[in-house]
Amino acid sequence: MSTVNFTIPVVTHAASSASDLSEKVTVKNLDFYYGDHRALKNINVSLYHGKVTAFIGPSGCGKSTLLRVLNRMYDLYPNQRATGTVRLDNDDILEPSQDLNLLRAKVGMVFQKPTPFPMTIYENIAFGIRLYENLPKPELDNRVQQALQRAALWNEVKDKLDANGLSLSGGQQQRLCIARTVAVRPEVILFDEPCSALDPISTAKIEELIDELKEDYTIAIVTHNMQQAARVSDFTAFMYLGELVEYGDTTRMFTTPSDRRTQDYITGRFG
Amino acid sequence: MDGWVSNMANMISGASSPLYHSRRRKNVITMLLAYFATGFGLIWLGLILGVLFYQGFSGLSLRVFTEMTPPPGASGGLLNPIMGSLVMTFLAVLIGTPLGILAGTYLAEYGRFEKLSTIVRFINDILLSAPSIVIGLFVYEIMVATMGHFSGWAGAVALSVIVIPVVVRTTEDMLTLVPDTLREAAASIGLPRSLMIRKVAYRAARAGMITGVLLAIARISGETAPLLFTALNNQFWSSNMNAPVASLPVVIFQFALSPYKDWQELAWTGALIITLAVLTLSIVARFLGAQSKKS
Repeated sequence: MSTVNFTIPVVTHAASSASDLSEKVTVKNLDFYYGDHRALKNINVSLYHGKVTAFIGPSGCGKSTLLRVLNRMYDLYPNQRATGTVRLDNDDILEPSQDLNLLRAKVGMVFQKPTPFPMTIYENIAFGIRLYENLPKPELDNRVQQALQRAALWNEVKDKLDANGLSLSGGQQQRLCIARTVAVRPEVILFDEPCSALDPISTAKIEELIDELKEDYTIAIVTHNMQQAARVSDFTAFMYLGELVEYGDTTRMFTTPSDRRTQDYITGRFG
Repeated sequence: MDGWVSNMANMISGASSPLYHSRRRKNVITMLLAYFATGFGLIWLGLILGVLFYQGFSGLSLRVFTEMTPPPGASGGLLNPIMGSLVMTFLAVLIGTPLGILAGTYLAEYGRFEKLSTIVRFINDILLSAPSIVIGLFVYEIMVATMGHFSGWAGAVALSVIVIPVVVRTTEDMLTLVPDTLREAAASIGLPRSLMIRKVAYRAARAGMITGVLLAIARISGETAPLLFTALNNQFWSSNMNAPVASLPVVIFQFALSPYKDWQELAWTGALIITLAVLTLSIVARFLGAQSKKS
């Protein structure tokens, strides 16, 4: 039953606009385990270049877990493992031989709580760039400025680049984190509930930012806020109890979902 | 205003019930007991400090810092034990801090989920509370007995054995306080773990880790037992760490137990100097601790 439910939308979608979509990340038959607990069950989903894919679903459904597979963040902890394949372009990132640092430089992540490093605003950005590139000072300055501009933070911090990153407001800190992520020039950016700790104005700014960023990146966002998913995403995936229940074009998902559970969740009947 | 609010609350929750009253009585009794215990502790601290200041200040003069310990009946100062204490403390910190920080880093970062960490942590806790005289005897056996004589080196090693567990513990605790989200954020831009620890985790935990080292210094600056078995004592100026070296705690011990009045006075002054030094260190540590909480 459920297979039918989530293959149909993909097919309809592929028929409508297959030509201009290029798959960046392809997840196939993904299972994920916390010890013996199977937290993700046979997930199949694709992320497209230049598009935003939103993952929605009630707490504990595996959205964040899925996101943390895409940059193998789970590898920091013991007893967590994933099976199946996750392709980034043509590499299977689940291969044990995968260089995790290089992978994470390509697949950036922005977290629920802003996490600036305990250093100056300038250093927060320059730090990541220096890891992979040996740039002369003026060029580095330039890259820092570009990153801050990209994150719509430059005008607010250009006169205090030497201030501690922690001295900024919550919304500014989150944009600093986005700038930090962008600065290393990733190809994919994962947002894990990036606005849940922010006020509505900061939230609006971040959403605007995501919309601008999607031109150049492949973006995945986990959110509890369904309006947010509807506003920022091109595709939406609804997850429930570790399964991907339904996946497809955002407009269609929010207007004519094909699965009862999706409809119940979207209309607020549970979750 | 407050009273009015609580009266309202009383009415709403039916607070005139016997259950509520007995709870209030218990609260008052517990609070009184707590005040009494605090006061009891503070009284003794006040008395000790009072006597120490009264006895110690009268002997405090420039002479104390410029002259050697005198023979009984002559005048003199505490220069050689002060220097001895400073040098041995410095060396102990030099040996103990890197070892402690590395071990603490293993426990909090690399070995977080390893079984070995549990064992190391357990043993470290034992070492942390080991009587210092046992540590003195241990170093006596491995250094003094094998070298055939007491020495400043042995004293420094004995003190460093006390420093290590303190620094291991505070380093681990402070690194554990660094939120995992910060580690994940560092990893998310492709930072290798070693760099993450050096550039991010240490930076976030810096104030707390320095506090740990300061507390370790405070702890060893008053230790007498381990030095009695290792550095022993020296009436004269000696910059030779391979020979017995004087230290403030041991000189205080010796002078305070002597029948000579001027030696006893010097012992009070020495005690005052240690107390003031430890007090200063504790205040600096406190200050740094408060700073680290803010950031």
